[in-house]
Amino acid sequence: MKFTWFNLMSWPHLPDDFRETNRSVWVDIDQQLFKPALGNDVYNNYMDLLEYAETVGFDGIGINEHHQNGYGIMPSPNLIAAGLARRTSNAAIVVLGNSIALYNPPIRVAEEFAMLDCISGGRLVAGFAVGTSPDTNYCYGQIPSLLREKYYEAHDLIIKAWTERKPFEFNGRYTQLRYVNIWPRPIQQPFPPIHIPGGGSVETYDFCIDNTYSYSLLSTAGYIPVKDVMQGYWDRIAERNVPDISPYRAGFAQTVCVAETDAEAERLYASHLLYFYNRCMHLYPGFGEAPGYRSIRSIRTSALAKYAPPTGEAFSALTWKDLIEGGYVIAGSPETVRQRMEEMIRTLRVGHIFCLMHMGDMTREKCMYSTKLFAEKVMPQLRSIFKEYDDDDRFWCKPIASRASAGQLPPDDVAAQLATAYDGGEGGPWN
Amino acid sequence: MELKSIATRHCSVSYFEGGSGPPLVFLHGLTGVSGDDPFLERLAEHFHVFAPLIPGYGESEECREIRDMLDFTLHTWDVVEALALNRPVLVGHSLGGMIASEMAAVAPRDLASLALLAPLGLWLDAHPVADIFATLPYEMPELLYHDVELGKAFLTTGAGLDDLDALKAFFIINARQLGMAGRLLFPIPDRGLARRLYRIKAKTTVIWGGSDRLAPPVYAEEFARGIAGSTLRIIREAGHMVQLEKPAETAAAILALCGP
Repeated sequence: MKFTWFNLMSWPHLPDDFRETNRSVWVDIDQQLFKPALGNDVYNNYMDLLEYAETVGFDGIGINEHHQNGYGIMPSPNLIAAGLARRTSNAAIVVLGNSIALYNPPIRVAEEFAMLDCISGGRLVAGFAVGTSPDTNYCYGQIPSLLREKYYEAHDLIIKAWTERKPFEFNGRYTQLRYVNIWPRPIQQPFPPIHIPGGGSVETYDFCIDNTYSYSLLSTAGYIPVKDVMQGYWDRIAERNVPDISPYRAGFAQTVCVAETDAEAERLYASHLLYFYNRCMHLYPGFGEAPGYRSIRSIRTSALAKYAPPTGEAFSALTWKDLIEGGYVIAGSPETVRQRMEEMIRTLRVGHIFCLMHMGDMTREKCMYSTKLFAEKVMPQLRSIFKEYDDDDRFWCKPIASRASAGQLPPDDVAAQLATAYDGGEGGPWN
Repeated sequence: MELKSIATRHCSVSYFEGGSGPPLVFLHGLTGVSGDDPFLERLAEHFHVFAPLIPGYGESEECREIRDMLDFTLHTWDVVEALALNRPVLVGHSLGGMIASEMAAVAPRDLASLALLAPLGLWLDAHPVADIFATLPYEMPELLYHDVELGKAFLTTGAGLDDLDALKAFFIINARQLGMAGRLLFPIPDRGLARRLYRIKAKTTVIWGGSDRLAPPVYAEEFARGIAGSTLRIIREAGHMVQLEKPAETAAAILALCGP
């Protein structure tokens, strides 16, 4: 099992009357609601929490990309990843992902991921997202019915940029380049492991199977509504006679909160989870899904629950009881959480769990408390699930053994001595 | 009007055909066109009318290969050629008006005359065209019609959207049609037509509904100004779906264009 501590990075200062005074948390959210000075505190706090997760034993720390969004304030996950690369040493840095069709040209992704891989010593787990409709269509103006084609072309260019060793021409429909020759290159070869955050398009199943990428699902409504989507992936694997059914082929993002008892979990976390579901999920339905974003094939085959474009209304009146019983969140005592997690893991057959442990306006102290309890009392109990596949390292980073870290400059006087001692011939710390 | 089908290089195209007289090609707008359209029936009294459906609309099959303005423009000339029409009257509404304008610009001698009904394709920062792609189904009638009740009757076609099968069918139609339309209109319905209007030589009339809330009538002046010798006609008590709300007046304006 691989556990990644994940933070969507929600803005924790949305007002109580947010739903009444704003039509959407996404796309046209009131800019005045973001206070830059508070942002200084929010970003640093959130990055502290990600770094903390490494210290308590999470395998990875994860971030993602959203634009113009009050529930996710990372338009550039790579900037966050760069900070994390410097201040962590062992955890995988899981960027899940870059919305590659939005990077112009897409070799920007190849370059930035290469930089991150070098700086972190080979700890990058790369994600290539198609990107949500609000992000790609309404914020970034991508033509909905052409987005997937643009995404696949971007993917092909990025992979080629990572694997070719001489400059090459690229005559694509969306990008034309004469001298693709990225510098730096990633440490991991042939390139970092790739996870694809999917949303239920049947095309994504085949894409993951064809390329041996790990298929990840994110569902803020928990795993029950998306069971069929994940099952669709495993069915497709069976249908195509893919040689192995390693659970590491798949991943799932789950909201998790842990306390000493179930009642204590409600006392500590209910208000923060309700903040998330009531305010952060308030999306204007007109921005939910641009026509042409999902293929006809996907609409035809999607489960009944997904016929309607996603709206925030489904979440607005949820109570703590609804969140728990509906499986939106897994929260409670370590034993409750362990049991529900195991159920989810086995039902979906996933080897990668992205634990959403900071939600809404949760305080950092509560987040640390929940995180530590999970790491000490729950995670160890789940490690042995799918033990028979422990050797499957295809979908995780392989860092170099000896890695440079931040803060390695010698004291000034030592530097001065070493600097002036060398005669410029042999000898010198770089030789 | 009879529904037929014809093959073109990229895909098979469905079209309505009816009437007799000089050939007239009608290019429909965002919401498509139906065989019992009252406006087409009036035109069919004076013209041999052909109304091809854009790939993705109605029975026309989807077409991956038609992606940008030039693709749409040349595909539609392909349709005219496949139908073996010689210098037709070209009439375009909304999205169809955008395509008709580009066709008239790229091949100015290949049409007899041009009627543009609330065409899209120009952009004025001070008067943004409304975003149909962020408009909810229940908001469409008000956006597209002067007479909102008439709009509701036209757009909902009776089906309640509580029925999951109906909902699924609605989303599929919407995805097909607006998915295709989005290639020309999303995120902003401008693909550079302003730079090419000067090339239109055909006798042109620009017709606009006075209550158009999608593309305000100020755009009518913009089109008229850009096309030398064109006439302008504002039809009152009509919204963006000008020819559906005022079929008689719209047809009359087109007849006047083509008159002796």
